[in-house]
Amino acid sequence: MTSNGTGPRTLGKVRPHQTQNESLVFEKSSPGKKAYKLPPLDVPAVDPAALLGDSHRKTAGLLPELSEIEIIRHFTRLSTWNYAIDLGMYPLGSCTMKYNPRVNEFVSRIEGLAEAHPYRPDSLSQGILDIIALLQRCLIEITGMDAITLQPAAGAHGEFTGILLVRAWHESQGNARKKILIPDSAHGTNPATAAICGYTVENLKSNAEGGIDLDALARQVDEETAALMLTNPSTIGVFESQIHKIADILHAKGALLYMDGANMNALVGKARPGDFGVDVMHLNLHKTFSTPHGGGGPGSGPVACKAFLEPFLPTPVLVQNENGTKHWNYDRPQSVGRVRAFYGNTGMFIRALAYTLANGPDGLRQTTEDAVLNANYIRAKLEDLYELPYKTASMHEVVFSDKRQAAKGVKTGDIAKRLIDYGFHPYTVSFPLIVHGALMIEPTESESLEELDLFIAAMRSIAKEVDETPELVKTAPHSTRVSRLDEVQAARKPILRWKP
Amino acid sequence: MRYLPKSPAEREQMLAEIGAASIDDLFAVIPAEYRLDRDLDVPRQMAESEIIDYFKAAADKNATGFASFLGAGAYRHYRPVIIDTLVQRGEFLTSYTPYQPEITQGTLQAIFEFQTMIAELTGMDVANASMYDGSTGAAEAVMMAVRVTGRHKAVVAKTVHPEYREVLATYAKHQGLPSTLVGYDPKTGRIDLAQLEEKVTAETAAVLVQSPNFFGIIEDIPAIAAIAHAKGALLIVSIAEAVSLGVVRPPVEADIVSMEAQSFGVALSYGGPFCGVIAAKEQYLRQMPGRLVGQTVDSNGFRGFVLTLSTREQHIRREKATSNICTNQALVALMATIFLTVYGKEGIRELAEHNLAKAAYAAEALASQAGAKLLFSGAPRFHEFVLGTVESPSVWNPRLLDEKIIGGLDLSKWYPELGNATLWCATELITREQIDTAAKVLAAGLVEA
Repeated sequence: MTSNGTGPRTLGKVRPHQTQNESLVFEKSSPGKKAYKLPPLDVPAVDPAALLGDSHRKTAGLLPELSEIEIIRHFTRLSTWNYAIDLGMYPLGSCTMKYNPRVNEFVSRIEGLAEAHPYRPDSLSQGILDIIALLQRCLIEITGMDAITLQPAAGAHGEFTGILLVRAWHESQGNARKKILIPDSAHGTNPATAAICGYTVENLKSNAEGGIDLDALARQVDEETAALMLTNPSTIGVFESQIHKIADILHAKGALLYMDGANMNALVGKARPGDFGVDVMHLNLHKTFSTPHGGGGPGSGPVACKAFLEPFLPTPVLVQNENGTKHWNYDRPQSVGRVRAFYGNTGMFIRALAYTLANGPDGLRQTTEDAVLNANYIRAKLEDLYELPYKTASMHEVVFSDKRQAAKGVKTGDIAKRLIDYGFHPYTVSFPLIVHGALMIEPTESESLEELDLFIAAMRSIAKEVDETPELVKTAPHSTRVSRLDEVQAARKPILRWKP
Repeated sequence: MRYLPKSPAEREQMLAEIGAASIDDLFAVIPAEYRLDRDLDVPRQMAESEIIDYFKAAADKNATGFASFLGAGAYRHYRPVIIDTLVQRGEFLTSYTPYQPEITQGTLQAIFEFQTMIAELTGMDVANASMYDGSTGAAEAVMMAVRVTGRHKAVVAKTVHPEYREVLATYAKHQGLPSTLVGYDPKTGRIDLAQLEEKVTAETAAVLVQSPNFFGIIEDIPAIAAIAHAKGALLIVSIAEAVSLGVVRPPVEADIVSMEAQSFGVALSYGGPFCGVIAAKEQYLRQMPGRLVGQTVDSNGFRGFVLTLSTREQHIRREKATSNICTNQALVALMATIFLTVYGKEGIRELAEHNLAKAAYAAEALASQAGAKLLFSGAPRFHEFVLGTVESPSVWNPRLLDEKIIGGLDLSKWYPELGNATLWCATELITREQIDTAAKVLAAGLVEA
């Protein structure tokens, strides 16, 4: 990397080469090629047209026809167009892009686990039930809660489940109540969740430190408030130091405290939500517990709660018999019902437990400490060049604003794109909404000092470019296979599938 | 700790540069009474070899080496080896949602290919980038129909997977969205069309059916569509067994298709992660939930792909979003895309025909035993069938287990009116020998009774 303002040496585009110019799989297809071979049929063949009558498919779907080597090359080439944690730092704030240990992948594919059918009798599923029970126990201990369901398929699905628990409890008290309070710094899933649970959303304005304004909270909480959905640490990476007062204000009016556990990577082994007044919360196994993001899923969003909410957990719940064996209990008259078929994203439970076992109590604590150390190190090394809108102590992520760069016409999105040229994935852009032009940086514990220093050097170099050659930043990235894409055209005339 | 890339000296150096005396300074903002001053009570740190031993022991405690006739929304099909080879590439596995299109074209193009394949197979115009699973997808499809029609009632077939119906009930409960159940014809196992006609009204937003339905029976989609459309309701077809589309006519009369794509190369994994997907007619696109990938051009005019129409989604629309869904099942959708590329146009048909043949043979072999009979023989099936037996399955299922066979699923929990009924599934992975053994054991049990 150069420091003379011209930025890093870029590779330029290598368009003609196949690896840079891979067609759609359909465009590579030609009739008669095969990548499969079925074993000989050991039962009499049937006449599908005769068996199915009008329900017989006459025209095949236009699926591609290729050989195995072409398929391997196709998807391998596509993969090389992706950035990934395995390639370098991925400092997306609130996304917790940490290392995804490979032993997790290995154990999730062990035959007896990967091939287990969900409707096997419990007696033949005791191994997987042991895994689920141990993960539940670990997560309950980590969160300081009393009970848990692993059924929700992702974080937002966990929010939905958690707010259903809140609602069911209020109903059991005689009044479901009408509104959910949500800070203006919250992720968009929070208000969307409250809405699908039949609640109106009331916005809670953050105070000057980016935290909950206790006076405003006290004014807004009333007998129709079902809960406050609070992300702690908040989306600006700040721990709500008045958390116990927040809980007290809510509880005094019979409202509950829901915690969005998106930022749990700042707390594991250091503080437990159950100890500071949280009634119900979700976890993101794909953030805090190292299960892979996979380009956007699968996730897993367990919901942990205090004992008084336990009767409302989704069915079924896992129960231990007197002899130590386990079974699913479906007889739960107060349950909110099912939120997903079967038991949840079990493959993710296996990975999350493998991560927990690899860490142990000391590793989990050290992980949290390193995550917070990394964020604070970045903050210390960049706060002279980038505006820090909130001076409050940072936990696992730090949020700057583009105030100084915007004065030169360069926005957070441009700086983010320029980071790509330096070999890093951008930070989270323009979120949280309470910070105008936000740069939300979460390094996680997985970054070495060397990688952090490279990132810091890149950010410092970009700040200099903003002063000296702002166009270079505004037109970035310059080193990728495709340049900035026309998103307006994509939305105006949507092309959502290939057509021959 | 082996995942943490810092030496103790580096930690000290960093603290010094931050100006902190110790790591505890950085946690001082947490009130002292809430700081955990002890170790978490979780198992001690394990070596990688110990972790593998733990999970292998757990796997051994599960049943292994059993032939299984279980289906009911989770199907065992052969998974070509290259699926796991490719999805374990770090560039796919450890990448985030493709919000930065310049460096996520791999994921974006693969999803675009997935959307195309799903549209082709289902006969719909457009498909999204995937949903959590078939059960939540069906619930989201009903909510989508509510937005499209402005109506607030659903009519649901009793032959939709019972757990899908439970999930729908959970979603619908707080949205003022009552649903009416429609029973099935006891002879054919298909939805009772007369009853359907009666229950669909001018207030019905959607009719939700499953095909092949929970009994494995293929529904008469054109007839159902005619009834729904006559009252201005949308037809949603839920497909739990995606491989059926290789040989079963796609539900082109539907307005929305909600599919579980687990059968396309996704491990059973005790029920998840699976891969839902919603496909629909183009005119309903803007009410669709979930991510969508669209084709566009870059500033040099080269083809590229981006996430698009995100103004439907929660991060823009917040409480006015079409859904609170945030993640999809990208890596699982990639498995399905690779699976469909391996089998291709001809292979998916051949695979589906093998399933059809195995199930036809199994149904005949089992139903021909004394004391057993095939229920719902009057309508076409794919690879599942319902067997009625004189004896309770609790009598003969243990005998099958002794032979390392997991027999059909007892339906009494959901359909007590069927008596001793079990749901059997025969995919291409079941052998004739296993079917014959099951029939023999069943016969022995039934004769003794």
